[in-house]
Amino acid sequence: MTAPTTTLLSVKPGRMARLDLPRRSTQLSAALVIAIVALILSFITWRGIQLFLQTPTPVWQILTPTWQPDPAAEAPVNYGLLPFIVGTLEIFVGAAAIAAPLSVGLALFMAEVAPDWARRITQPALEVFVGIPSVVYGFLGLSILVPFLRADFNGLFRFGFSMFAGQIVVALMILPTITSLAYDAFKTVPLEMRSASLALGTTRWQAIRHVVLPAATGGILTAIVMGMMRAAGEALAVQMVIGNRANITWNPTDPMITLTAGITMDMGNTTSSEPWNMALWTMGLVLLVMSLAFVLLVRRLSARRQVA
Amino acid sequence: MTITPAKRLGALAFAATLLVAACGSSSATTAPSAAASAGASAAASSAPGASLPTIAGPATCVDGSITASGSTALQPLVDAAGKAYVAACPKSTISVQGGGSGTGLTQVLQGAVQIGNSDVTADSKLKPEEASQLVDHIVAKQGWVMVVNPSVTGVPSLTTQQAQDIWTGKTTNWKDVGGNDQAIVLILRPASSGTRATFKKIVLGGKDEASGQALTEDSNGAVTTAVSTTPGATSVIGFAYYQANKSKVTALGLDGVQGSVATMQDGTYKLSANGHMYSKGQPSGLVQSFLDYMMTDQVQNTLIPALYYAPAK
Repeated sequence: MTAPTTTLLSVKPGRMARLDLPRRSTQLSAALVIAIVALILSFITWRGIQLFLQTPTPVWQILTPTWQPDPAAEAPVNYGLLPFIVGTLEIFVGAAAIAAPLSVGLALFMAEVAPDWARRITQPALEVFVGIPSVVYGFLGLSILVPFLRADFNGLFRFGFSMFAGQIVVALMILPTITSLAYDAFKTVPLEMRSASLALGTTRWQAIRHVVLPAATGGILTAIVMGMMRAAGEALAVQMVIGNRANITWNPTDPMITLTAGITMDMGNTTSSEPWNMALWTMGLVLLVMSLAFVLLVRRLSARRQVA
Repeated sequence: MTITPAKRLGALAFAATLLVAACGSSSATTAPSAAASAGASAAASSAPGASLPTIAGPATCVDGSITASGSTALQPLVDAAGKAYVAACPKSTISVQGGGSGTGLTQVLQGAVQIGNSDVTADSKLKPEEASQLVDHIVAKQGWVMVVNPSVTGVPSLTTQQAQDIWTGKTTNWKDVGGNDQAIVLILRPASSGTRATFKKIVLGGKDEASGQALTEDSNGAVTTAVSTTPGATSVIGFAYYQANKSKVTALGLDGVQGSVATMQDGTYKLSANGHMYSKGQPSGLVQSFLDYMMTDQVQNTLIPALYYAPAK
């Protein structure tokens, strides 16, 4: 970035500096944001590795299945984060599996099928969806979904609080994210491609299936991964409906726990000099690493779309 | 009001972690979640405070501005006393926040707040050299009560042994302790909570809870909701929260004694513990004046029983 030479305008140096102000301020904003991100990353990393620096905990221990951080308990202390990591993955993969078909279908409807009046309803509806705070989803999950699951499935859900309840709540929360991004992906497919397909005598469905969908695949995948990322960081709503039991489970009707729920459960009650608190920061670091992995995945997916 | 740079950085970074982790969830979704955990307990506890007695302010006012944070179990009491103090002394400001006992102890040690409220002693949470910097002020006795879902009948009280068997997972049906035939659903507080630590010490004799079969909810409010909606559920909540939710959950006695301010005061009800307010070093100024005020007759004998605590002495 070289400064534009404005000698053509014969202005005094003092005024020049003032003209320069907008550019300077944008540069400052950019630098500030980058600095904040760098600070956060280094701070979380620093706090996250304290468990291994200040206590004799080996790093591999976080991949064991037993979470027993309480030094006052009879059982030996063990900082196994596997139940939290598995739980987080289960919630966001499950939520994406529920939300993705619905969202992509809705986006396809909005982009390709809907008449104008229908689009005028669905778009504001989606915006309202985005604006609902997560605590509201959690509260609805707690007061409607959990009792419903417990009472209406012949005892299949013993508690109602379950992995499935968490997946449903998160699926609802990420639905608008995936839908609007997938809608954008469909909209970027050039009209000429549709016209060419229709001109070859295909039906509208054939054009969608063989032309629009393949062309938008990269964008749809990005949309789904973005939705999953939002799901991974969702703390409160999920915590309210999953029962928070630190066991590894593959059964969607069982209570389980996620990284964010694990952090919020104990953060307020532990002090920074306790290894327990350090283990919570390690959970934060693990979540950050998982999020970064997803960011890289998104970048790869969108890069592939640009090539195609 | 001093906020150390380290503390500020910590708060900033933590808030931002949630944001980065959420990555795409707007700040509108994280903000209410932080407010909600503190707000939920405050809302639940403010209900019994609706009929708070009006009490006299301190004998002499000290000007200034202080903040207390920590235990949500103690928060309604400190908050009410702070309001009474400020009502009489308009030149002073006393702000009371929750956050949990650990937060209170950490923040008072760092100097971020002037008073740290805690359900547990500082030496159980901090290193010895840190705990020795704090001065303990026991301001009240607080009690907890075992509660069950109203679907559980025929169990007015549990013996300590029965409670131990239930919470360690040996007894799994209410019929084994004289109740109706219904599976027991344990609802725990997080292992780090003062409520759970106190219950574990006094009732369970240090034995580990059957956490692998239990659900965990992180506040008095969330526990109360879970117990009131889950058939066969049982948990432990603070007196004030029970009083506010009497219609939704049923209280169980312990060893034949029903929990109340009177039975806690005369020592027959075991499930109670001291409420601590910690200052860093010997208190002075408004901190000292407020801590002295906590021990006055009007707070100890009028405000404290009205909020379902018992006097410290």
